Amino acid sequence: MKETDIKFLEDSFKKYYFEHSDLIRVPERSSEREFGYQKFNSGMTRHISIKDDKELHLLFMQNIPSDVYCSNAYYSFPNLPMNEKDWKEADLIFDIDAKDLNLSCRENHTVSICNECNQVSKNSERCLKCSSTKIEKKSLPCKNCIDSSKTEVSKLSEVLIDDLAVSKENIHVYFSGNEGFHVYVYDSQFQQIGSRERSELTDYISFRGAIPETFGMKKFKPNRSSFPDFDENGWKGRFSKQVFGTKSKRSKIISELISNGYSSFQKTLDDVSQNIGVKIDPNVTMDIHRIFRLPGSINSKSGLTKIFCKDLTKFDPYNDASFLSDDSIEVFANCPIEFKLKNKKFGLYTNEKVTIPIFAAVYMICKKLATIA
Amino acid sequence: MLELGQDEIAKYPFLADAGQYLKDKGFTLEQFGTDPDLKQLIDKAFNRIQVAADGKIYKSDIIGEQVSNDATLPREVFSFLLAIVLLKLSGMHTLIKRFSLAEARRAEKYLERDLANISDESKKQLAIRIIDDLFSVQVEKLDDYFVISVSDYLKHSINFHEREWKLINRHVENGKVFLTPHETVRLIRKELGTYINSKIINAKTPTMIPGFEDSVNKLVLLSKKFITFTVTTGEHPPCIKHAIEELEKGENLPHSGRFMLAAFLLSKGQSVEQIAPLFKNAPDYNERVTLYQLNHLAGASGSGTKYTCPSCEKLKTQDLCFAIPECDNIINPLQFGKKRK
Ligand code: SF4
Ligand SMILES: [Zn+2]
Ligand SMILES: [Zn+2]
Repeated sequence: MKETDIKFLEDSFKKYYFEHSDLIRVPERSSEREFGYQKFNSGMTRHISIKDDKELHLLFMQNIPSDVYCSNAYYSFPNLPMNEKDWKEADLIFDIDAKDLNLSCRENHTVSICNECNQVSKNSERCLKCSSTKIEKKSLPCKNCIDSSKTEVSKLSEVLIDDLAVSKENIHVYFSGNEGFHVYVYDSQFQQIGSRERSELTDYISFRGAIPETFGMKKFKPNRSSFPDFDENGWKGRFSKQVFGTKSKRSKIISELISNGYSSFQKTLDDVSQNIGVKIDPNVTMDIHRIFRLPGSINSKSGLTKIFCKDLTKFDPYNDASFLSDDSIEVFANCPIEFKLKNKKFGLYTNEKVTIPIFAAVYMICKKLATIA
Repeated sequence: MLELGQDEIAKYPFLADAGQYLKDKGFTLEQFGTDPDLKQLIDKAFNRIQVAADGKIYKSDIIGEQVSNDATLPREVFSFLLAIVLLKLSGMHTLIKRFSLAEARRAEKYLERDLANISDESKKQLAIRIIDDLFSVQVEKLDDYFVISVSDYLKHSINFHEREWKLINRHVENGKVFLTPHETVRLIRKELGTYINSKIINAKTPTMIPGFEDSVNKLVLLSKKFITFTVTTGEHPPCIKHAIEELEKGENLPHSGRFMLAAFLLSKGQSVEQIAPLFKNAPDYNERVTLYQLNHLAGASGSGTKYTCPSCEKLKTQDLCFAIPECDNIINPLQFGKKRK
């Protein structure tokens, strides 16, 4: 990234950190957590301990970080190297990202930026100008991406509450600042479980590894009465809704399932997993030493803020997570996709100078689709 | 510590304080080496170890719920305590491992029976308390099920590789997992083995007691049977090294792990005869079955298809991968050490 762009982003971020310090708060039990941050064009600084909001604000103002992170784990000594930290427990976390949802809309709002000649083209595997294959892809997620991610969040909450006895108040949902949501679970029975246990828990939540027997199908002499029904708890009930549809069809579908046989039933389960399994990133949940983007900080992939969603259904990231200045700035833009921020439309721009609000300029520069003119 | 009744000590002798038990009964170890009547018990102890070494479960003289007669009970406990003394004197860790495993299986049967006991509430309560005290798993009874929290369940179930133990294949409700008595006990099998093993390992080794020498020497001989032929592990990837180490320790490597190991070594040009001894230490070793399976893998029998080593990705999902930086850029353990970028 060019010096002038970095300078511009730093100035814009700094203004936000200063004016919106109310949004930047240390989490509960802050002194037991590890913090880390990154500056533009430089590596990660980790193993920092921060005890209160004041110290946190100082870190922001002194370093003007591009991204700030905080552990979901609690340690005795958060600022020591990893193997000396003395891990105590960790909040359960989930990452739901539109890019993992296999949405057909993505094709339309993904651009390929050539690392050799900076050419920006619509989604393709090689540069349309110099045919280089060194391509960086950037996506400008659309409403469908956000809505689909929200659906996954609701599915996740349902499993957490209904099956795993997590209380609703202990589930906190944040917009990640870019393409999805981060879900935190506090004070659950899972605080102290390790990485392998968390991995197994994600398999449950995403409906992975189910065997036919669990859902009533046997290899030999399958028995109609062992198939699940609508009023059952957990995955059996959800399976029934998905596979049988309505009560009246249940009997007929069970006959079909039995006559199609055992291995076909396994395929049915794979389909069910695709359809009703919650699409969470298993690597995030099982990593108990991760530092995770800090709520209230800006995501440098977009310039949007990672922010708490009070009401998920109504939440609109392009309004509710954009906090940067409305002042105008002139940029050189190359953006083959339209986008909407704070209810204003931007794009398409083909290698042109445009004067736009700072919040939109930051968005495009973060996505590498514009530079300061 | 739990208050144990007489027949409970016979069922769960590892819960007793050995020294105290002998004292209470008015015996010393030396007496067992000299008194001709008591000496039989050393043979009984030796037999108890031998049965375990063969991968079988020692058949008690306890019949049904009750001990057959008053003399039987102390004999049961003594043979267990003496077996530990013999094992300590022999210093053979492979035997200790096997003995612990077999004793765990034996106790498992009683625990399961006690849990399922509907006529005697106190027996059931004791089993529940043993599980709680030893393994910090709180079991609750709900209708015909035993119910434990999902987090407790996960801590134990991740050690199993069969798919039916995956949480998705369990009855989960309200943050709890519903289990049968058999499943409840099965869940802590490994920990039970580890518990007994660590009790033996941590027990003080006495100095040689006159009258014990013969049995101890026989044990040393017996353990020779289990000394492994070691494959040079120098250039093997971590997943393979780990599998070999597990087998050498006498751990129960899952089927998927054995498959990986055998397929890997076969691909590296080792013969079935070279590989078979590796599996000798497995608690469920059976020479004929092992040879048959290896030949099958090698394509020498049955279908004639040769199996190749599973990919790193596959092994990751089976918890068999222990990647190190040298594993970067490879997709199959067979490439380890070859591909350099
Ligand atoms: S990356 Fe591959 S070779 Fe390395 S440990 Fe994992 S499975 Fe084995
Ligand atoms: Zn190019
Ligand atoms: Zn989209």
